[in-house]
Amino acid sequence: MDATPTLAVSSSGLTKRFASGQVAVDGIDLAVPSGAVYGFLGPNGSGKTTTIRMLLGLLHPTSGEHSLLGRPMPSSSAEVLPRVGALVEGPAFHPYLSGRDNLMRLDSADRTVTGRTASARVAEALDRVGLGHAAGKRYRHYSLGMRQRLGLAATLLRPRELLVLDEPTNGLDPQGTREVRALLLELAAAGSTVVLSTHLLSEVEQLCTDVGVMHRGSLVAQDTLAALRTRHAPRAQVTTTAIDEAAEVLRAAGLADVTIQEGRATALLGSAEPEALVASLVGAGVPVRGFAVVAATLEETFVELTGEGFDVAG
Amino acid sequence: MSRAERGAGVRLLRSELRLIFGRRRNWVGALVLASVPILIAVAIRTAGSSSGDSFVFGQITDNGLFVALAALTVELPFFLPIAVAAISADAVAGEANLGTLRYLLVTPVDRTRLLVVKMTAIAIFAAVAVLLVAGVGAAVGLAIFGGGDVLTISGTTLGFGAGLLRLLLVSGYLTLCLVALGAVGLFVSTLTEQPIAATIATLVVTLASQILDALSQLSVIHPYLLTHYWTDFGELLRDPLTLAPLGPGVLCALAYIAVFGTAAWARFTTADVSA
Repeated sequence: MDATPTLAVSSSGLTKRFASGQVAVDGIDLAVPSGAVYGFLGPNGSGKTTTIRMLLGLLHPTSGEHSLLGRPMPSSSAEVLPRVGALVEGPAFHPYLSGRDNLMRLDSADRTVTGRTASARVAEALDRVGLGHAAGKRYRHYSLGMRQRLGLAATLLRPRELLVLDEPTNGLDPQGTREVRALLLELAAAGSTVVLSTHLLSEVEQLCTDVGVMHRGSLVAQDTLAALRTRHAPRAQVTTTAIDEAAEVLRAAGLADVTIQEGRATALLGSAEPEALVASLVGAGVPVRGFAVVAATLEETFVELTGEGFDVAG
Repeated sequence: MSRAERGAGVRLLRSELRLIFGRRRNWVGALVLASVPILIAVAIRTAGSSSGDSFVFGQITDNGLFVALAALTVELPFFLPIAVAAISADAVAGEANLGTLRYLLVTPVDRTRLLVVKMTAIAIFAAVAVLLVAGVGAAVGLAIFGGGDVLTISGTTLGFGAGLLRLLLVSGYLTLCLVALGAVGLFVSTLTEQPIAATIATLVVTLASQILDALSQLSVIHPYLLTHYWTDFGELLRDPLTLAPLGPGVLCALAYIAVFGTAAWARFTTADVSA
């Protein structure tokens, strides 16, 4: 086996133009570091699922290249994909088979594992997602949450180095959502790289180390979550009639990016303490009418990037 | 190649067969296929054969094995094709429709390998369907009318064992004919995500072929029709047995399997899977 690649997923200029002429994915350069929990974020219809389908070799890219676990795709798919667990656009199983039989079917399709351990691996995967009690029940009688869990169980049939999960908590109740998130963190802690496609910001904030933001087929941002947060770090904001003097005080206090706008002076707060700033302003004779520390939420950051809101169900 | 890889093709094929033969819908279909020979035997037992009956039907009261041949004759134009069309058209389109196709492909199953497994399963299903009709027909026929020597079309008689062998040969030939239909169905199945549409399209191909075959004005295209040689199985009831008359039928079936198998492969290995 090769040395551990530094990027679990990488692409350059990955593009998909459908026969209709619609460009669903427009030249994106993904870089998912090994071991990361990568939040692949974007409004519905922004090209996330098309990208995932291309990454897994289900769709042929119109142009561009990509690799998984350091190996070029799709030429290495036979070698790479067994090490990749995927949940693409919701679970899909045979309705008249039980959960157990559905997993046995998928397991029988994997030529890198032996059939002799299949029953044990299937049982363990079902237990890990809390479906042990419903293993013999037909899939058609599963609730949405149970179906989602079965989809996750399928990704756990064998150890995976990379998990590509499209909306894994969709349809789960709050308890199920918590369980699945805990499971993902457990898998990540064990060394798997996780690509988590979602439109839920809370999920990204709780789970992810890295983020890629899709908007209309383009990757408009890609960074560590920490870096994205500081992109919109908290700012001190002084409302006053003596704007220039206020700006001078802020500069003198060592604050960066001092700007003046609409009767206000603002600057990056950095490590400065707000109460000390207020004292300095008053001490310098600035008539302070208002003082606020304004922090952009992650949501505001993403709305700014995409021009659209998140947390939209569906 | 590891042990797991060697057994992998067999495992997937077994899973495929379980999917086909474990499905309730297909059990109902099997019941319909099996009921025809029973119906024939009971009808002839209660009403007797009439002078207008064909050679095969006319022999039933003398030898129960002919119930199997009569049932195959009756089911060949529609019942057997509908069974094979339903299974073959469902092969890819059904999985695409459910979405299970994408999970098979990312497991990953090589697309060519998946197609080979699907085609093999279709062929096994066709053989099972034909043998079911023949088997139930022979069993019911022998139970009601008894066995004994078998009269051939040539007027000679064969021993029971030789007669049984002829029935097996007929079953083999018809299986090959239906596998050709299955190849067409498999190809159609790679074109759509709607298994019902694929089934209907495959049936339309079969019935259109039979209609065209019935128009003597179109005799020039008859040798190329899927169903043209299907009824040639009667040649296997002559004495002495010569397989030569079945040559064109066998060639035609193999050609259909090659052409539509290749077309299915060309389509499926390059298609975008967006279902």
